[in-house]
Amino acid sequence: MTEASFRVSFAGPHVSIQDQGRPGLMRYGVPASGPMDRRSFAVAHAALGNAAGQPGIEVSLGGLTLQCESGAVTVAFVGGGFIAETKAGKLGAWQVLTLTAGDVLNIRPGPWGSWCYLAFMGNLQANEWLGSHATHGLSGFGGGKLATGQVLTIADAQTRADLHGPIPCPIWARPRHLLRCTLGPQDRFFAADTLATFTSARFETTDAFDRMGLRLRGPAIAPENALSIPSEPILRGAVQVSGDGVATVLLSDHQTTGGYPKIATVLACDLNSFVQCRPRDAVAFQAISPEHAVAITRHDAAGFALYMERFRG
Amino acid sequence: MQPTPQAPLFRPCAERAVLVEFGTTLDPGAHNAVLQLDQALTDTPCAGFVESVPAFINLLVVFDPLLTDHPSVTAHLRHLLTAETAPRAQPAQREVQVCYDADLSPDLPAVAQACGLTPDAVINAHLAGDYAVFLYGFAPGYAYLGGVPEVIRLDRKPSPVGGVAAGSVIIAGAQCLVTTLTMPTGWWIIGRSPTRILTGDTARPFLFDVGDKVRFRRIARAEYEAAK
Repeated sequence: MTEASFRVSFAGPHVSIQDQGRPGLMRYGVPASGPMDRRSFAVAHAALGNAAGQPGIEVSLGGLTLQCESGAVTVAFVGGGFIAETKAGKLGAWQVLTLTAGDVLNIRPGPWGSWCYLAFMGNLQANEWLGSHATHGLSGFGGGKLATGQVLTIADAQTRADLHGPIPCPIWARPRHLLRCTLGPQDRFFAADTLATFTSARFETTDAFDRMGLRLRGPAIAPENALSIPSEPILRGAVQVSGDGVATVLLSDHQTTGGYPKIATVLACDLNSFVQCRPRDAVAFQAISPEHAVAITRHDAAGFALYMERFRG
Repeated sequence: MQPTPQAPLFRPCAERAVLVEFGTTLDPGAHNAVLQLDQALTDTPCAGFVESVPAFINLLVVFDPLLTDHPSVTAHLRHLLTAETAPRAQPAQREVQVCYDADLSPDLPAVAQACGLTPDAVINAHLAGDYAVFLYGFAPGYAYLGGVPEVIRLDRKPSPVGGVAAGSVIIAGAQCLVTTLTMPTGWWIIGRSPTRILTGDTARPFLFDVGDKVRFRRIARAEYEAAK
């Protein structure tokens, strides 16, 4: 069996190993974690013919530099519009390429996007925690955050030159600025005109973001009489509002319970492309009914399945 | 007989969950109703069931929107609430060891002073508490235990203190928690436990289930050092 190894020459903050995540453990305080942009991550693996659920690397705006120390492996580079620099030149994301001993891969943010993924044709060796390689950022449990100097090993590394080249980047992978949501579950703590402000005003993303959540700037949408609500379970995509009216959208590593009221919950399918926004991007919320949310989700999943068909066989 | 909970509310969350709410304030009847429905749902899950998350007064039920929808899940939950369901099993009794030595309990003197007690009286009050796991939250394995005796209930500190070691036994208000990560906290640190809430055992990775009863047992330094 062939092996490829990489030394991490540089890893920015929040660069970590992820897989599809560990759903089902929220009752124990464990969020699913997993990729911020689950679709791009799935595309990266599918483009290589990898089974779903394989680990890969999530690259933040901090960037990542890997040096291939031995072997050779074909990789897919998919997600936000990042730039990868190798000795062959610069490549945008949505590419399949092969890295060979001696190659240096330097991934940096490009024209758009905040998260990008690197999948390997082979088995990236990584720690598991509770059946998943996904890194839980706060604790570092799971595959872990990448650290400068660390060595990554790809077992059963394969190369497929015939796969080299671009992967079509669909429109739904681009940053999303209109977030479809249902109101609540704690919308009753907000006055009617506050709810109207929430669904009509423009908000702005800020640089206060990590894998737990993204804080927004915008008109104050302060709750009323909500300071003593008992902690309630939280879903990824919940829009939590602090006492002074600042909204935060909770993301992959969210807390599983909390006492701040949630004014709305964003559809999971919109979160993948929302997280590709950059600080100071404009965002707005569109409130829809739960029935509509289910219909949109099914339609959207069918579109994604159709896109993924190209990687079959 | 369990107290009868008020008719629950079913609040839809995005495309994939229903939050079942039993009341608006923390009362034992509402929490019992949460535990009962959680148990019934575990025994008889609906189609497309993904997971449920119990908290003080509500239960989050997450489902796969490609397989089911809010009305179907709500109908299933309503059925469970009216059906004759098996009584909840007797809650498990768990034990947590705690060492109260001065260097492991930096806030014990302040808690004692604020409560008008001696440090030993604070320890005895803490050990006398009848605790139950109400919910998990904040971070993996952070189990919120209700049942801190009245005499040692204090508001949290005005600002959090950083770098509090994993295993710290901390209290605020009626709640007690054994931390699993080194983290800042505004709660009062009154001891340290070698008992692992994240057990490292893949068959049973978490020491507690929500609803379990918990008792603290005092241990001497030697036992703490041997067990940690």
